[in-house]
Amino acid sequence: MHFFRYVFFLFGFLGAGAGAASAEDVQVAVAANFTAPMQAIAAAFEQDTGHKARLAFGSSGKFYAQIRNGAPFQVLLSADDETPARLEREGMAVPGTRFTYAIGRLALWSAQAGAVDARGEVLKQGGYKHVAIANPKLAPYGAAAVEVMQRLGVIEAVRPKLVQGENIAQTHQFVASGNAELGFVALSQVTRDGKLTGGSAWIVPGDLHTPIRQDAVILAAGKGNAAASALMAYLKGEKAKAVIRTYGYDI
Amino acid sequence: MLTDTALSAIWLTLRLATVTTLLLFLIGTPIAWWLARTRCWLKAPVGAMVALPLVLPPTVIGFYLLVVMGPQGSIGQLTQALGLGVLPFTFWGLVVGSVLYSMPFVVQPLQNAFDAIGERPLEVAATLRAGPLDTFFTVVLPLARPGFITAGILGFAHTVGEFGVVLMIGGNIPDKTRVVSVQIYDHVEALEYAQAHWLSAGMLAFSFVVLLLLYVFNPNGRQR
Amino acid sequence: MSGSIHARFRVVHDGFQLDVDLQLPGRGVSALFGASGSGKTTCLRAIAGLEHAPGGHLSVNGEVWQDDSRGLFVPVHQRPLGYVFQEASLFPHLSIRRNLEYGMRRVPADERRVSLQHAVDLLGIAPLLDRMPDKLSGGEKQRVAIARALATSPRILLMDEPLAALDLKRKQEILPYLERLHDELEIPLIYVSHAPDEVARLADHLVVLEQGRTIASGPLSETLARLDLPIRLGEDAGVVLEGEIAELDADWHLARVAFAGGSLWVRDSGLPVGRHVRVRILARDISIALEPHADSSILNVLPATVEEMADDTHPALALVKLNADGARLVARITRRSAARLGLRPGRAVWAQIKAVALVG
Repeated sequence: MHFFRYVFFLFGFLGAGAGAASAEDVQVAVAANFTAPMQAIAAAFEQDTGHKARLAFGSSGKFYAQIRNGAPFQVLLSADDETPARLEREGMAVPGTRFTYAIGRLALWSAQAGAVDARGEVLKQGGYKHVAIANPKLAPYGAAAVEVMQRLGVIEAVRPKLVQGENIAQTHQFVASGNAELGFVALSQVTRDGKLTGGSAWIVPGDLHTPIRQDAVILAAGKGNAAASALMAYLKGEKAKAVIRTYGYDI
Repeated sequence: MLTDTALSAIWLTLRLATVTTLLLFLIGTPIAWWLARTRCWLKAPVGAMVALPLVLPPTVIGFYLLVVMGPQGSIGQLTQALGLGVLPFTFWGLVVGSVLYSMPFVVQPLQNAFDAIGERPLEVAATLRAGPLDTFFTVVLPLARPGFITAGILGFAHTVGEFGVVLMIGGNIPDKTRVVSVQIYDHVEALEYAQAHWLSAGMLAFSFVVLLLLYVFNPNGRQR
Repeated sequence: MSGSIHARFRVVHDGFQLDVDLQLPGRGVSALFGASGSGKTTCLRAIAGLEHAPGGHLSVNGEVWQDDSRGLFVPVHQRPLGYVFQEASLFPHLSIRRNLEYGMRRVPADERRVSLQHAVDLLGIAPLLDRMPDKLSGGEKQRVAIARALATSPRILLMDEPLAALDLKRKQEILPYLERLHDELEIPLIYVSHAPDEVARLADHLVVLEQGRTIASGPLSETLARLDLPIRLGEDAGVVLEGEIAELDADWHLARVAFAGGSLWVRDSGLPVGRHVRVRILARDISIALEPHADSSILNVLPATVEEMADDTHPALALVKLNADGARLVARITRRSAARLGLRPGRAVWAQIKAVALVG
């Protein structure tokens, strides 16, 4: 009989962390590109409000499928503006709670110093084998990158050299490992406090592509949750915005 | 139903699995033979190395391959020196990844088959004037046939089902590295559930048929 | 050709050791005899090269196959030998014919002296050729295995207890074929066995092994007549005499076997006059008398002189070696009888032989 007691104890122990969120908790689905700023913001949020934000990171497409199939997320910080809008249309988000928490900026980046000039001329000059972009079908950063190349009139020349990451994080990895000499990555991935963390980059002017609006929304499961509303309000505050900007987003 | 992109992904997948399986027979057979015969202390470490893909997340293999085969990586430097360029984002890069990833599925059935043959037939062949290589081709290979069938089917099927490694080193290039599993992933991510269903159902049917063949034609294959 | 086999091996592994230095005749059957664990199989495997006994030396009819002092070790597949394992070990994926051809095809054409047909006939396996091994009985498989080894035209044939895995009936089925080999083969045959009756039937030369060492090696009759060995042979102690059928008695269905020291009557088993045969006489089947008894049921009584006496394993028993005009016999009697009869070397006696087995 002791054995069973131990087993019960073990399950109780293992299950402890998996319990449902309390009134003070909010389950947040966060777009992968926003991982680092959100961790900083969540810490400050807990300190300032006493509420706790439990974060899950992933791609917006995956979150969409999970939310439609009953995932218990209460807030979604999407990598685009389309997914929150769609969820709202389909009645799975609380109407009127949608807003843009960050605007993504694109950078043409190389892991090698001096490889990318300050105006992105390298793209026209050639002399590279691969240009990495995020899958334009899936990632707003990928769609924006294609748009930029169309505006610059290089898309046909570059197309045979394109390699696609499934998301912006993988795209960054292709470039960071040197397998692709160039790549369109999120500025937030390669800068900190307005400085490039390595390699060389051309910060793509915002007017070369439709703005990459990252929208947040309260999901149906978060309706009436005080912590959810508090988090939304916190994201709109100046303190959070300052953090977001230091990570290379506009807002 | 199946679009041109889907068909090209299927064709690419079959090509990748075929090339991988053939290469695995070439590479895996000597490894399995050595593992089955040796008493060297390296047996355990080598056996463990071969089995690693069974437990490692494919993304780990993919990530290391991306780094090692990249321009700064050791294999990347070697392939560049040989004038082959770097392997990620190429069909042959996927082949290298698949060979590593599916290795245990070929080596282990072969090793079991070789183990099951035992010492005696080899000794008999030697007393009948057959040299080691002769013995291998005229005695070991025929006796290990069920093992080869199992190994071939598992290696092929496992390569078809491979995803993580391809995702990491493929770059999703149509006709070159966009295989069926990646295509399905893209459809799901892009919320194109109908196309995802078609391909997924196809994969399911394919996998079932393959395993069915394995059990029908080789009922004792797992024991041999 | 120097016409002999010289084998010297020292193997030590897993607490077992083999330490032999053998000189075997280059013709006929040499039996390696001993209990299980005596090292006889290891010795045979070392001769074949299946086991590399370091520091060994082996030459077969003038050809050196192993000489570790010169770093010479001819791999098994380059030694012109035939080997028959305890289990037939036919290749299961090949038909009987393909099994037989397997070794033969690997021998250069100009070195083939035994035709497939001859091997097939010798072992009587012609009806089996197109079958697969799993359709054969144990005895049939073993005959195929022997034919397969013969078909490689070996210069020496090695057999590792080829009958041990078979039941009595199958043994009886194969033994005549082995006797034919013995009679017809020009090459030496080394035969490992722990069965005294097989040895008595087949061997010309006997090597007795115990715990990896040779305790006797010599011509069969001579070695069997040694008084220090019967102890090890126990109930099977006895001698083998070679002779030929000299006369048939149709009325009583008896045959007279004449050998160097006289003759013995045995049951007529249909063999013709002049046929070379072996008879085996167990020590327990000989009793000793000082006078020839005409009024006894015993058919065979030979005059002999006591040559040597020794104690047997049991304190009640003694072994007496008799010389019957050159033929050596061993009798097992009680020590009390020996004392009562006053037996001692040189004493003239009559050997009463209760049973004689014609063994081939």
